[in-house]
Amino acid sequence: MARLTIPAEELMRPGHSACPGCGATLVMRYLLKGLGPNTIVTVPACCWTVIGTSFPTTALSVPMIDCAFEATGASVSGLRAAADALGLTDVTIVGFAGDGGTADIGLQALSGMLERRTDAIYLMYDNEAYMNTGNQRSGSTPLGAWTTTTPVDAGSRGKLESKKDMMAIVAAHRPAYAATVNIAFPEDFVRKVEKAKRITGSRFFHALAPCPPGWRYSAEKTIALGRLATDVNVFPLYEVVDGRYRITRKLGRVKSVAEYLKAQGRFSHLTENEIAAIQSEVDAKWKRLLELEALG
Amino acid sequence: MVQVVMSGNHASSYAAKLARVQVIAAYPITPQTTIVEKLATFVASGELPAQYIKVESEHSALQACIGAAALGARTFTATSSQGLLLMHELLHWASGARAPIVMGVVNRAVAPPWSLGTDHTDTMSQRDTGWIQFYAESNQEVLDTTLIAYRLAEDPDVRLPVMVAEDAFYLSHTVEPVDVPSQDDVDRFLPPLARAFAVRPGETQRYGSFVGPELYMEFRYQVAKAMKRAAHVRPQVEEEYRRITGRHHGGSLAAYRVDDADAVLITMGTASTTARSVVDTLRARGKKIGLAKLRLFRPFPVDKVCELAATVGRIGVMDRCYTYGAAGPAYAEVVAALFGGLHRPIVRNFIAGLGGRDVTPEAIEEMYESLLKDRGPEVEWVGLKRRKGVTTHG
Repeated sequence: MARLTIPAEELMRPGHSACPGCGATLVMRYLLKGLGPNTIVTVPACCWTVIGTSFPTTALSVPMIDCAFEATGASVSGLRAAADALGLTDVTIVGFAGDGGTADIGLQALSGMLERRTDAIYLMYDNEAYMNTGNQRSGSTPLGAWTTTTPVDAGSRGKLESKKDMMAIVAAHRPAYAATVNIAFPEDFVRKVEKAKRITGSRFFHALAPCPPGWRYSAEKTIALGRLATDVNVFPLYEVVDGRYRITRKLGRVKSVAEYLKAQGRFSHLTENEIAAIQSEVDAKWKRLLELEALG
Repeated sequence: MVQVVMSGNHASSYAAKLARVQVIAAYPITPQTTIVEKLATFVASGELPAQYIKVESEHSALQACIGAAALGARTFTATSSQGLLLMHELLHWASGARAPIVMGVVNRAVAPPWSLGTDHTDTMSQRDTGWIQFYAESNQEVLDTTLIAYRLAEDPDVRLPVMVAEDAFYLSHTVEPVDVPSQDDVDRFLPPLARAFAVRPGETQRYGSFVGPELYMEFRYQVAKAMKRAAHVRPQVEEEYRRITGRHHGGSLAAYRVDDADAVLITMGTASTTARSVVDTLRARGKKIGLAKLRLFRPFPVDKVCELAATVGRIGVMDRCYTYGAAGPAYAEVVAALFGGLHRPIVRNFIAGLGGRDVTPEAIEEMYESLLKDRGPEVEWVGLKRRKGVTTHG
């Protein structure tokens, strides 16, 4: 009865202004299910600024505090400090930011928060580009992806660089807890959030948030595509506790990356050779992850 | 009350401690650093039971204060120069979020070229951010104004952030005797911050949000009205501070020997002390001159400037800052204030003391002499070295 492990309480209210099939909405929904009502969420400029709906409405049943694009980590630290000063010690403070706001412009504030051991949760929902401004490449955009600033033309093959490894950057700060989560695996997602909630210290989530308009697939395929991302090892599910890695989903037989890439318009220009190069990169990273896990 | 010999920076630290700040977020920068160093010792010793966040930048310092203020904590930060410029985005954010943050700013010149000396370019560049701005002349004024700033910032009719500026080194690193009010007196003056406006866990709230063109102007107008109300609330708050401590620093535009003056110089910060002594010297020589210290820049005291203009034919404005392509910012404000008034004295602008250059009695005397002449340039850079090649290497 796996589905009973997910709390029934909904802290995301009916009505939001996300695109159909938006992965980021489910990220928020599952995160709040795991954390419960005694939670304060701070959100920088990102899709969720809009998804959260305009004044005077809100899509959340918990307080949502907007903050500057590059300053989520600092907003989190300020909220935690005030909560402690005012005796609100039970409240969970959450920074909820996109990949641009985390891996690029907000990296410094995140690093500061992690280094200070701020007792809070930071979640990066990763739709792999600046989707709120219409799909410009971010440090988290994968190799080869078409975006509006990495066009595909005679002299251009999409993004030339590999995706920034945020989990490695975060792990280097030795946080109390870090994990990847995927909306296609809600039981694993909520279990990790509930686990993180019980831990004191800095906690980080890297959440995959498939984006139909940005990734160019039809909206009803969000869950299937999210599942594929993990099943082809593009987005492995694992956690890092006190520096120790543990992979939380392993398949006997891994599917080929081509299946994942071919399902999305942003990769439709890729040649077989380019796909093979991406496959080797994914294989190398997976091998490295297994080695990290083996270190124990 | 006890008298303690301390620097302007430590006056700022003592004021934050007396205000019982609950969250401090700070990042070091010369010449501000000793403010937050002193606060670190207060926290370490247990004298000040505050949360102290050692942030990784000034930008984060202000964001942390904004977050903490949203939950209803009393916050403090301090900075200078480049640090204040880095905060710029969040200065707007703080006023828009109606966060009653108090910040100590040690006025320091802006690079390039690097300079540690005092200069008002850093704070003047923030004049449009919705912060109330005070400029202090003495270490005593730094301490008193910082306490006044909390009452003003947290007044339910105001709810705006306040910066208290002090000149680098002339105040920040110079010690003088400062009367430190007792904690009981401060507690009577400054009650704990009411959490009426605070975000509360468990409630459905969004703090910040976004709006379309149909409501954005109305939010901005709320800030504009709050700033107008601050102009009315400030004198009451300063009067109450006088009642409790016996001290008052002359309001928004403190006049000195202006009654029968032919010419009055308006100064800000520490240049006022020098100018006051020059007034006495020149008065002794029979010159009818006076001084007005501009202590509050935002909200700008238009009424007080117009009152001054009613009795004087010539006003000089000394700016420790210059707005490229225009004039000194205090001059521009004074001229704008007078244009709609009944009296239109001759107004001239003196740019002086940039990057820590000493504003000597001779320099001030030169300003008065120039001001008393029939004609002169609208904007005059005082004491400028005009020798060719003076700014070239080698």
